[in-house]
Formats: sequence, C-alpha cells, structure tokens
Amino acid sequence: MIWLNVVIQGVLIGGFYALFACGLSLMFGVLKVINLAHGDIAVVAGYVAVFLTPHLHIPEVWSFLVVVPIFGLVGYVVQRTLIQKSIDRDPFTTLLVTFGLSVVIENLLLEIYSANGQSVNIGDLIAKSWHPASIIYVSYVSLGVLAVAVAVLGLLQLFLSRTGTGRLIRAVADDREAAQLSGANYRHIFGIAAAIAFATVALAGIAYGMMTQFAPTSGGVNLLFAFEAVVIGGIGSLWGTLIGGIALGVAQQFGAHFNPEYQILAGNVLFLVVLAIRPQGLFGRRTALA
Amino acid sequence: MSLLQLEDISKKFGQVVVGEGITFQLEQGDAVGIVGPNGAGKTSLFAMISGDIAPDSGAILFDGHNIAHLSPAKRARAGIGRTYQVPRPFENMTVFENALVAAQQGARTRGQKSYDLALGALERTGLAPFANRQAGSLTLLHRKRLELARALSTAPRVLLLDEIAGGLTDLEVNELTAIIRSLRSDGIAVVWIEHVVRALLTTVERLLCLASGVVVADGEPKSVLASDAVRSVYLGGRVLETRGPNE
Repeated sequence: MIWLNVVIQGVLIGGFYALFACGLSLMFGVLKVINLAHGDIAVVAGYVAVFLTPHLHIPEVWSFLVVVPIFGLVGYVVQRTLIQKSIDRDPFTTLLVTFGLSVVIENLLLEIYSANGQSVNIGDLIAKSWHPASIIYVSYVSLGVLAVAVAVLGLLQLFLSRTGTGRLIRAVADDREAAQLSGANYRHIFGIAAAIAFATVALAGIAYGMMTQFAPTSGGVNLLFAFEAVVIGGIGSLWGTLIGGIALGVAQQFGAHFNPEYQILAGNVLFLVVLAIRPQGLFGRRTALA
Repeated sequence: MSLLQLEDISKKFGQVVVGEGITFQLEQGDAVGIVGPNGAGKTSLFAMISGDIAPDSGAILFDGHNIAHLSPAKRARAGIGRTYQVPRPFENMTVFENALVAAQQGARTRGQKSYDLALGALERTGLAPFANRQAGSLTLLHRKRLELARALSTAPRVLLLDEIAGGLTDLEVNELTAIIRSLRSDGIAVVWIEHVVRALLTTVERLLCLASGVVVADGEPKSVLASDAVRSVYLGGRVLETRGPNE
C-alpha cells in the first residue's frame, strides 16, 4: 500500500512535469531551439496571475483564462522578433539569447517582487483531497493538474495530426526549407509553435503556483525536470513526454520515500540510465514530431 | 513579356564563381535543359530563382515583376516550383499530406480544392496507391516522384527540376520523362538540370550549358552538344571563348 501511494504521488507530479515540458519539446522539435528561459516564463505567468490579474477583478483560480492567451500572444511576438533574429544568426546564438532572457527575467522578478515565495490563492481547495485508503491521499489540485496535462497533451496531439496548421507545423519541423519551397512561411509557423509553447508553460506556471510556492528562481529547477521528462520520454513524442514526466515523478517519489534528500537524485539517476541505455528516449524516434 | 527572365545574374561564394552574367528568358510552356560539369553553378542558379540564395547582382523577373526581394515561400506561391536533387520529403508525414501542404500553402487553396489538387498531383506522378504511406518509407524512385508531386501541388507556372532522373533505371527514367512531357501540354514551363542527357533530349527543345557560372551555350539541343564550347567544357578545356582574359 505504501508503494502504491509512492506511485500515485509520482504519477500526479509527473502530469505536471509533462504539462511543463510539452512546450519545451515543441520548441525544440519545430524550431530546433532549446529555450533556456522556458522555466522563467512559467514563473512570470505565476507572478502575473498572483499580482496582476486581481486588478481585473478575476479570482486567482481563474487567472489562467486571461494569462494563457496573453502568453500565447507574447510567445508569437517574442519568436518573430528576438528568437527569430537569433535563429537567423546561428543556432548557438539562440542558447545565449534565451539564457540571457532567463537571467534578465529572474533578476527583474527579484527586483520587483523580492525573493519571497508566492502561491496562487485557490482558497480551501488546496487542502482538500480524496482519501480512498488509509494512507493514500490524492490532492484535488494535483489530480486536476494531471487531468489538465493529459487534456492539453491530447488536444495538442489532435491539433498536430488533424488540422491544417498542425500539419504545417509538422512539415516545418521535418524540413524547414522544403516547407518554404511548398509555399509555407516558416517564420509564421515558428511563431505559432512558440505561442503554443508559451501558452502551455504559462498554464504550467499557474498550476505550479496552485500546488506549491514559487519564487523568482523557481524556473531553473523546473526547466531541469522538464528537460529530463522530454529526454526520458523521447524528443518529439508528446505522449512520450507524459510518460517521461510520470517516470521522472515516480522515480523522485521513490527516492524521497527513502530519504527526502534522494528525491532529485533518484530522478537524475533515472535520467542518466535512460540516456545510457536508450539515448533516443522511451518513445523517441530518429526525427521530430508526432 | 517573358514568363521568367534572368538579367545579368552574378553570384560568388568567396572566390568560387557560381554565376557570372547569366541571362536568359523562358516562355510559357518552354522546356529547357541545363547541362554542365559539377560545380558549374546549376543548382545555385535554381536556388537563386527559387529564393534560397540571393544573387550578388542582376534581376530576376517573373511574369514581368521583379521577385528579387520575395521570400522563397512567396515565390512558390507566385508559381515557381522546384524539386531538390536529393529528395527532401516531409518524412514523418504521409505522401498525401506532403502534397496537401503544398496545395494549401503553395497554391493557396482550401478544403476540397486542396484535396483535389494534391490527389491530382499524386495520380499524375503515379503515387496515388502510396497516398497513405509514410513518406520516409518510400524508395528513391518514389521519393523523386514525390518531389515532383509536391512541386506540382503548388500549381506552378515554372517548374525547376534538379537532376530528377539521376540514380534511376532506364525504365524509371522513361516513366518520369513521360510525366514531364505531359506537363508541357498544360502550359507549365520546365527547366531541367540533368546529367542523363539522353533523358533530357527526349523532352527539351532547348539546351543551356553552364560552366563556372557562365552560360557557354544556349540553343537547339543537338547543336549545343556539338558546339566547341560545350566540348571544351566536358573535355577539360579551361579557356572559354565567351570569357575575356581578365575575367
């Protein structure tokens, strides 16, 4: 029973990791850009939800309804300006630029909101949980986040496989130049992919704020987990990212069960083992998306 | 007014000259072959027409409009189709999806029209039975056909074919040239780079020979192949009559 609880808690947190990571995976798959500011964007979304949306008289619980679309828009604009400029220069510039962005964001947040931890206020809901057996508690918030993660990944998968725009995204991910030759404006497609990445990570950032506390520096460690989820699951496979996130979450919970200090270590060990045995990831393919 | 007009196009990569004063015109329904040794600048010429690389100087007019500032995507939409020498299908998509992307983006069609256009291109190139196969699983012949089908799906007015017969068997080449000949009757102008000269001669009515970025011969295929300029290019002659001593 105790092990069942460990697995359940791991799956719950794994859903969050997958939600956090799917945008990273998409950005890498389509733009071939590793967005080192990915985690910080989530944190910014958290701060916007906590400090800015109350001005609009929107309860913090519902803040994502406003924040997510805004971040999608921001993602499109940032891609078409800053990131596209660095892609045009050379691929390594994107690493420097997104890393720089990450540093700027962290320090701006520290300057404006201090290093205090914040969380998204969801009232009583935070303490409520489903208690199916003696020692198993399933937090409603975590369960909700897992459900949202599965829904987002499912919708994203449908979008990519069934819609014209999704098809274009896959075409550009496969071969940017050939897509251009077929008449596709790849910069616009890049913008759409970035918009999806920013929107989903904003959602993840708010979800994080509901589950626990965040501070200006929370982006980095979550980015690491997102990387691990993507690599364990296999780059370019959305369901792989979900499985990767869950595998990472379960490994962390197993580690934590023995000693709380082993939590992150256990996740990293799983990550290294997967890299050593199956470098393309559990569900990875040789090439990109869906 | 010519359909496609290149005026005095020049391009250098460092010291390597891939284009020097290239000038030629193309009319609707023309079929022009381009031959020349490796490194003559044939593929670079296509890349300049399709917009992948920008010429250092000169003008490219399509249907009377200067297209030098247009992106490759806009040129594709305007009616310039191109196939790659080494086929580059969208490997993780089906054959039909490959053509569909081109029909929607290149030809700016929607809904049923896109489906008809894409399916028509697949039927024309004999790929219809493979429509639902992953493009990455195709053989070389079918990859080459898919390059052609994808270019056709953009509803081109000019089709730039880059060594589409290379690496194929005689029988396969014959099938392909039959398809290409049928395009001309639709009014599509074809420019075809090819080392398989025999295939070219069955299809084109005009031949250009390119060497070191210079058009050394342009005219009726047989007389071009017989010309001294082309002979000296292929037999290793370095001195070309069309180039002055200081160039």
